[in-house]
Amino acid sequence: MKATVRLQREPFDSAAEAAKLTRGSGDVGAIVSFTGICRGVEDGEPITALTLEHYPGMAEAEIERHVIEASDRWPLSGVTVIHRHGRIAAGEDIVLVITASSHRDAAFAAAEFLMDYLKTRAPFWKQVEKAGSKTWVDAKATDGAAAARWTTTHRREAAQ
Amino acid sequence: MSVRLRYFAWVRERIGKPEEVIETPSGIQTVGELMGWLSARGDEYAHAFENPHVIRAAIDHRHVRSDTPIKGAGEIAFFPPMTGG
Repeated sequence: MKATVRLQREPFDSAAEAAKLTRGSGDVGAIVSFTGICRGVEDGEPITALTLEHYPGMAEAEIERHVIEASDRWPLSGVTVIHRHGRIAAGEDIVLVITASSHRDAAFAAAEFLMDYLKTRAPFWKQVEKAGSKTWVDAKATDGAAAARWTTTHRREAAQ
Repeated sequence: MSVRLRYFAWVRERIGKPEEVIETPSGIQTVGELMGWLSARGDEYAHAFENPHVIRAAIDHRHVRSDTPIKGAGEIAFFPPMTGG
């Protein structure tokens, strides 16, 4: 399986990254590409930018562990995860997850699994810039619930 | 034994530094006990760890629970719940 995990300040090119996963691979029948974008509005108030702090070393290790778990759970031929850090202006891309497989169901499921885990387990912290002031974003309970459902599925599969 | 402590996001801001190296205090065995010990070091630490149940921790780049033993740890990190993605 082709696996790429990259953390960077710079923007990324999602189409070019997707092309890398299909190039020379006759077995790819489906590519799912998810891009997370910095919203310009939060709770009705305009946002200037987000600043993402991360834990270098652990962030890469944690994402790589989840990429391996995804490839254990679904038949994937390629995975690319790129997460930006530093200051990201409203409208800019933050994160890219691309999964490649022979069939769409594995690609969709693995992409969703990886995003749910990135939200709750990858050591990144968002600070939001609104009208000149910066505040840390609180973790959402809905993100925790989204990540937990994969654990429940896992247990069910293990029991069968 | 010395251990490197690292702090992120508002934990880092409240403590006022990103990292430090400490001698492992005697009698402290778990991550949770270490948080309690740090809280007693000063107002900035007490502020950072005022709600210890919300603080997440990692030992050598892996998530751990507060009852995880710290023996043998090279680097212990404390941070708020993560908000990436």
